[in-house]
Amino acid sequence: MADNLQLNSEGKLKHFLTIEGLDKSLLTEILDTAESFAGVSEQQVKKYPLLRGKTIVNLFFENSTRTRTTFELAATRLSADVLSMNIATSATSKGESLLDTIRNLESMFVDMFVVRHNISGAAHFIAQHTAPHISVINAGDGQHAHPTQAMLDMFTIRQIKQDFSHLRVAIIGDILHSRVARSQILALNTLGAAEIRVIAPKTLLPAHVETLGVTVSHNLNEGLKDIDVIIMLRLQKERMTSALLPSESEYFKCFGLTEEKLKIAKPDAIVMHPGPINRGVEIDSKVADGPQSVILKQVSNGIAVRMAVMSMAMQRQGALS
Amino acid sequence: MSRIQISQGRIIDPANKIDHVGSVYIADGKIVSVLNEPDGFRPDRVIDARNQIICPGFIDLSTRLREPGQSRKATFASETVAAASAGVTTLCLQPDTVPVIDTPAVAELVKDLAEKAGYAQIHPIAALSQKLEGNELSNMLSLKQAGCIAVGNANQPVKNLLILRRAMEYAASHDLLLMFRPNDYWLGHKGCAHEGVFATRYGLPSIPEAAETIALAQCLELAELTGCRVHFGQLSGKRSVIRIHQAKKYGLDVSADVAMHQLHLTENDIAPFDSAYHVLPPLRTEEDKEYLRQGLAGGTINSICSDHQPHDLDAKLGAFPETEPGMSTLETLLPLMLTLVAQRAITLTQGIAALTEKPAQILRLRNGALTPGFAADVCVFDPELTWQVNQDNWKSQGVNTPFWGQTLKGRVTHTLQGGRIIHELAQEAGYGK
Repeated sequence: MADNLQLNSEGKLKHFLTIEGLDKSLLTEILDTAESFAGVSEQQVKKYPLLRGKTIVNLFFENSTRTRTTFELAATRLSADVLSMNIATSATSKGESLLDTIRNLESMFVDMFVVRHNISGAAHFIAQHTAPHISVINAGDGQHAHPTQAMLDMFTIRQIKQDFSHLRVAIIGDILHSRVARSQILALNTLGAAEIRVIAPKTLLPAHVETLGVTVSHNLNEGLKDIDVIIMLRLQKERMTSALLPSESEYFKCFGLTEEKLKIAKPDAIVMHPGPINRGVEIDSKVADGPQSVILKQVSNGIAVRMAVMSMAMQRQGALS
Repeated sequence: MSRIQISQGRIIDPANKIDHVGSVYIADGKIVSVLNEPDGFRPDRVIDARNQIICPGFIDLSTRLREPGQSRKATFASETVAAASAGVTTLCLQPDTVPVIDTPAVAELVKDLAEKAGYAQIHPIAALSQKLEGNELSNMLSLKQAGCIAVGNANQPVKNLLILRRAMEYAASHDLLLMFRPNDYWLGHKGCAHEGVFATRYGLPSIPEAAETIALAQCLELAELTGCRVHFGQLSGKRSVIRIHQAKKYGLDVSADVAMHQLHLTENDIAPFDSAYHVLPPLRTEEDKEYLRQGLAGGTINSICSDHQPHDLDAKLGAFPETEPGMSTLETLLPLMLTLVAQRAITLTQGIAALTEKPAQILRLRNGALTPGFAADVCVFDPELTWQVNQDNWKSQGVNTPFWGQTLKGRVTHTLQGGRIIHELAQEAGYGK
């Protein structure tokens, strides 16, 4: 089961694959630990010795700049040795199976895998089959989960809003294909947000989306009412070619966040986006760069949150003790 | 040939409306008599069936034995032994072998392989179209003459309805049964899980129920247009049951089956990303399962198939969407049928009929009954015997079953095919000694 797989016998984090099965106290522990790391980037010496001598391999089967870079920075700031592999263009394209790739790297005395893969369940699969001493951090698998992104979003929300219990959060855009949205919804529900509202046309919502614990709106003007936190999702270009949407311009007209639309939400609402942004498609530049936007804060918080997760997953190996 | 008396078991033969304790008498490979001892019958062998059930051998409408072409997964040898140990004496082989069963040569190869393996009676299903691509018709008449029992589309959707229409007209001209697994190409494209709560939570490419029901509705229309006899296989959804019910009421000559696992498992049972549960059609909801059970009990669904699909370990070793669909199911067929009876979804007679009399009717075989003169295909099972699904008890080369490690109730003790004992549990497990 997902929850057992992620925790060791003492209930501590071993792998970080999904928010599912993790309770509020553990999520809060991640946020608190991240808090303690948050100042490190501004210090003269940006390093903690917690993972000294540990080897972390970033396995990216799918391209990513931001996520990979922040994971690399997080690992180096914890003094670990880091190796980043872009597998999308190497081993598996030669026909090597996922399992063989993992086995090969295992034999190089790795302590942790950070995995991004375009297939849902890939990180679970690796965690199930890798050597028992190795921790696996999911850096995004298919359309399933992106738990570190969700936690850095929670961290950012907590920084500004302090408490989750009164918050109404809107997630807008391509929920269907979004691993970020799935993890955010789980995290917000676990942390006790008052309401999570997904706003999208039916073509971009998964079947029975309400079973995830959200309310649903197909109209941005109505959906933004009383909202404290606005999370915009990236719209991939291929959604137009697969007939999920007629055009970028029509999407922007209906679901794009403009200054005018932003006024419907609460006056102190914050605007978030996991990036990369499509300016003029899901969000207007004036909003993305405006005073209510915390998009760049999210990016810098990504390092502290990933440091927290990595050090917690290595706890049993002596980190944080 | 030898004379056998299967003695003092509870004989359940739905086709002949028998449910009585007594003996079955076999000589020269055929059933000679049931209950009444023929004059001067001197058996060479008496099988003691006390406290056991004697019924016709099971007939399975959908299996894959992986030969020719994929013997790394399974072979006729391994799978027909598994079939025999599960009481299955006749099985239909889906045409998606490598190469596809679309020429008489492949059909004959299959018959040869079956004969060499020497256990179950194997009936190949011919591909409806060449290479199952849905573009050109296969040589259906030649395939029929080479021993194919029906034509079918295996798991391949037929995209072009005109081709399907022509194929059905042609099949009807030669009095061939169409065994159709309804699945719309576009709606089901690349999906690996039911479009429901599970797929939504885990972000899996999904298949709506409508992918099945739309293709089913189209095929029903064409059945009326063409007069082709159609059997719908491996139904998974509530609305499929409703459609079939309406079609039968309306008077169409159609029948339907359901895979045994669909009567037991739903999307709620899938452990996150456990590829053992990756099947097509996908496991659907509790409501679908209830409709399928009621459809079976009420006769809308005629029969149960195993939809046996053994795999090698590598095929199931990967992230869920990347693994191959299918379960190895022959050996869990009987215990799962008995579970349906224990749960009062169907009666024991209905369960046996769904595995014997009904599939024989669909295939128009002189089989599936203990009628004197019929080939002595007989299954003897102990409904109370429990066994664990593990390496010691498993015959199929495919260990891809979600029931692995579980203890199930009900086990076949003897299987006879054409009067020959092809499985005897006592010999291997010390049973009954």
